[in-house]
Amino acid sequence: MNFIKTIEEKGIEVLSLITAVTIWQIVADKVVHDTFLLPSFYDVMRAFFTIVKSGLIFTDILTSLLHFSIGIVAAFIIGIPLGISMGWFKKANRAIDPIIEILRPIPPLAWIPFAIVWFGLTHQAAGFVIFIGMIFPIIINTYTGFKSVPKVYVEAAKVLGCTRNIDLIRFIAIPSAMPSIVSGIRVAMGVGWMCLVAAEMFGVSDRGLGYQIWHYYYLHRMDVVLVYMLILGFMGLLIDRFFRYYVDAKLLRWTSGTVV
Amino acid sequence: MGRVNVKNVSRIFTKKEDNGSMEALHQVSFDVEDGEFICLLGPSGCGKTTLLRIIAGLETQTSGEITLNGVPITGPDPKRGMVFQQYSLFPWRTVIDNITFGLEMQGISKAEARKQVEKYIDLVGLEQFKSSYPYELSGGMQQRAAIARALANEPEVLLMDEPFGALDAQTRNILQDELLKIWEQKHVTFIFVTHSVDEAVVLSDKIVVMTTRPGRIKEIVKVDLPRPRSRTSHEVNLLRDRILKLLEEERFHR
Repeated sequence: MNFIKTIEEKGIEVLSLITAVTIWQIVADKVVHDTFLLPSFYDVMRAFFTIVKSGLIFTDILTSLLHFSIGIVAAFIIGIPLGISMGWFKKANRAIDPIIEILRPIPPLAWIPFAIVWFGLTHQAAGFVIFIGMIFPIIINTYTGFKSVPKVYVEAAKVLGCTRNIDLIRFIAIPSAMPSIVSGIRVAMGVGWMCLVAAEMFGVSDRGLGYQIWHYYYLHRMDVVLVYMLILGFMGLLIDRFFRYYVDAKLLRWTSGTVV
Repeated sequence: MGRVNVKNVSRIFTKKEDNGSMEALHQVSFDVEDGEFICLLGPSGCGKTTLLRIIAGLETQTSGEITLNGVPITGPDPKRGMVFQQYSLFPWRTVIDNITFGLEMQGISKAEARKQVEKYIDLVGLEQFKSSYPYELSGGMQQRAAIARALANEPEVLLMDEPFGALDAQTRNILQDELLKIWEQKHVTFIFVTHSVDEAVVLSDKIVVMTTRPGRIKEIVKVDLPRPRSRTSHEVNLLRDRILKLLEEERFHR
């Protein structure tokens, strides 16, 4: 019953996907006739099952997730405290802001040579490039969230006996800024995911989803390349959905009903 | 005990842009007895909110002194609770967690604090809503919760800055009555800022009528009417008339 209901509700979406895949298959199979230029849906599915059977796909996903985790953890540990101190203390903002403004426009991929020189061909090197991509959205959104903490909450807390900076930050500013911090993290995860592919492609790593795309391109196996592309897309989608689900349920329940 | 003495308090705001200055309060003095309900009444811009914020410790006076039970006020303190005009409940905390906030700041555990504030939730009639988030509450309920939150710290003085200003007339009347009941039960000194003559007459023992900028005391009117007061009785009307005339005089003097 549930299945039928889903089909009824999501009919248009499902139909649209099926149509797209069908057109792809027909164009690839009947028009292009060349698996190098455009592998068909069938080719891609076959390649997919080969990779799954060989087990390669799991090591690649785990490696990429490891790189991603290194980047995100480092960006959290450094970015959030920086954003907080810039948002709460005017002098800290004046000291840190110029440095950030100079470093921020440098594309994360430009750091790849230094990533290799500093960390070698290690997981940390890939993690570092992702970290660079993630840290700025996190700093800036944390800062903005802190700047826009309504004054009345701070004053209400003060007259209730919460007067130390550390307590005001912990009990008032962080929860109040949470929606902004969270949206910064979401943006950062998108940027980080893109950096992941580039970092692995450019030889910072010798495994991972991004590395394999490049590797199979050299082998002229475009069907496998496409499989890895699709996996990257789905993983990115999954991470974002999972994050949003967790955050909305746990951290931001109090904002339901408000328009953000 | 909550005796407040305001002595020769002035407040001058300096403007950065043109090196100018604006005097918001000029040599204001009055005394509030323990357990008294007084209203600061005046047109907007008369500095009544500034005065209240100085008593709260959120701002400082340029000269003069304010004491609570003889001790000069230097900063915010849970002994002086405050209810704001804007909705000030923390939106990320449920009603009960808002009310326990002050106790948690004193280092009391959450579970213990929840037990202790139960009576304040009953007092403002929010038992059914204690697990709701502020966005789920009407404006009147939010202000009720804000009052409970201030009371939970067992303050000696409760400062209220036009707390019912954003509410509709009926809700405002209901909350005024409820506030008087709380005042009678709790023996707390109330300093209540309002621009509504009706509100001041219904609520207070003493009305401090203030002038427009710079804020000065025009007159301190004693309200010797028995409670509960009818909003439309002859005596109440006479008093309202007298105060309105005081405020009108002020307008023509300018």
